[in-house]
Amino acid sequence: MKDFIRIQGVSKLFGDFVAVDNVDLEIARGELFSILGGSGCGKTTLLRMLAGFEVPSSGSIQIDGVDVTHQAPYDRPVNMMFQSYAIFPHMNVASNIGYGLRREGVAKGEIARRVDEMLELVQLGDFKNRKPDALSGGQRQRVALARALIKRPKVLLLDEPLAALDKKLRERTQFELMNIQDELGITFVVVTHDQEEAMTLSSRIVVMNQGRFEQVGTPKEIYEFPVNRFVADFIGTINTFEGVVTVVEEERIEVYCEQIGDTLTALGRQLVEVGQAVQIAVRPEKIFVSKERPENDKDVCIEGVVDDLGYLGNRSLYRVRLKSGRVIQVSSQNRRRSVTRFLEWEDDVWISWRPRSAVLLLD
Amino acid sequence: MNRQSRFVISVLSFGYAFLYVPLILVIVYSFNDSRIATIWGGFSTRWYGELLRNDQILDAALLSLTIAATSATGATILGTMAGLVLARFGRFKGRTLFAGMISSPMVMPEVITGLSLLLLFVTLQQLTGWPAQRGFSTITIAHTTFSMAYVAVIVQSRLVAMDESLEEAAMDLGGRPLRVVFDITLPLIAPAMVAGWLLSFTLSLDDLVIASFVSGPGSTTLPMYIFSKVKLGVSPDINALATIIIVTVSIGVAIAWLVGRHVNKPR
Repeated sequence: MKDFIRIQGVSKLFGDFVAVDNVDLEIARGELFSILGGSGCGKTTLLRMLAGFEVPSSGSIQIDGVDVTHQAPYDRPVNMMFQSYAIFPHMNVASNIGYGLRREGVAKGEIARRVDEMLELVQLGDFKNRKPDALSGGQRQRVALARALIKRPKVLLLDEPLAALDKKLRERTQFELMNIQDELGITFVVVTHDQEEAMTLSSRIVVMNQGRFEQVGTPKEIYEFPVNRFVADFIGTINTFEGVVTVVEEERIEVYCEQIGDTLTALGRQLVEVGQAVQIAVRPEKIFVSKERPENDKDVCIEGVVDDLGYLGNRSLYRVRLKSGRVIQVSSQNRRRSVTRFLEWEDDVWISWRPRSAVLLLD
Repeated sequence: MNRQSRFVISVLSFGYAFLYVPLILVIVYSFNDSRIATIWGGFSTRWYGELLRNDQILDAALLSLTIAATSATGATILGTMAGLVLARFGRFKGRTLFAGMISSPMVMPEVITGLSLLLLFVTLQQLTGWPAQRGFSTITIAHTTFSMAYVAVIVQSRLVAMDESLEEAAMDLGGRPLRVVFDITLPLIAPAMVAGWLLSFTLSLDDLVIASFVSGPGSTTLPMYIFSKVKLGVSPDINALATIIIVTVSIGVAIAWLVGRHVNKPR
């Protein structure tokens, strides 16, 4: 079912401020879908509308074929994990997790059984009777997750689920979340500002900006085929060259860039006209850096000087200054084990990339 | 020790002396054997004994305590409701007016509060026949009115500091709004309510001005009794009574502080 969650023409206004601006979205059953954007882009408002804490100013939301636009939070088949985790401080772990079932009027024995089941799922069996203030950040996160999952919601909403954890724990928890999602088959909708988190977790991502959707797609599509400058910039780093289209052939476009005084080639079928102003964008890891000019003359090659370099362990970052003064970022894997540097400051280098690696951006 | 800190210390000592020496004097003179309150005549506890045999004082004390407990309970219920409305019901129409009117009894001169309440009770009596006689009920209503403002402020500030997503989470898990109030909100603001109750209790026990306006014959509160006695000259048994009140209030403040420390403990 492609349209398990269907958001149609939804807008949300706070006074004159448009938080969410007429968005449409369909999310399939069992997806792990991320809403990605900077602060104030409207992602949390959209999530709160799915949870029922905000009512859309216009438009409708359907979940599993039922219109929930005006349903109260306590009537929706949706549960949410809050950014602050919102663990009830006056209840122990088991009471926190069982709260949803108690409100549903489930029998006591059944509650105890399902709480134990959940505790096992999130590996908190030994902490059943602990009070929340005796738990670590990671444990609190898992209590919040178990509490939101116990009612077996049709959709689980997660607001910045990993933002409060440290880096190592975050990586581990990411995979735990994915496993749990896989095991239970519940549709997850995650709000995050962290592009790496969105990339690893999600089956699909929507990039939001100023209340609108910039692009919806799989992590690969968003990273490799960004539709505009904003998406390209927001997800990872990218080098862009402004230019004017000079040649349009089938699957091949040439762009003259005044900044570097050269013509760059991009492959792809995009609707452009000769004379149109466009941008050529290349990711740092798609660029090769070498001391000699590469022999393959199909590649785009530009001469430059190493302006700065950074060693990150698994890879190195180079900032290469072109003749025009433009600085380009290049990232290369450190495949060889070596103490000496392969490149030094002020070395003359060539940077090159395959035309296929470049993205043509229209705005 | 440099000059700066010597100056600071002496200012501090002077300030504390100004605050506490009178109180200590009252406690010391309550154990004075002499009938004249200002002349030391040896140690004795006879005034405490005399206090216990004084029915007037005991009646006044009982009345004051009953009024304090009743009005504190009423003020806590009403003040908590007002605090909930102010902190959790968003920006409804007339919110600013409501907030201002709730806190106005705190800044209103007591004389005016007392006078206006007296006028209200008199008018009510003429119109409806109730209250037939001013006394316990009118004083309790008056005290509830002004101490409610303090409870509302305490509860509201506790609610503002409390993570609103706790209540949202409970609602998300299937709790209807009223249910959530009892499951989540009230248990979490309970310390603030206890602190508010204790404060209301103390305010009521302490009040002379408003009680004088709205009381009637035969209903004399403890502060009213003390004040009328002092007008005829300070008698030593008043010192004994004052000492008991000082000790009681100190214990009350200590409890309120302990509870308050629990309230402010980061969660």
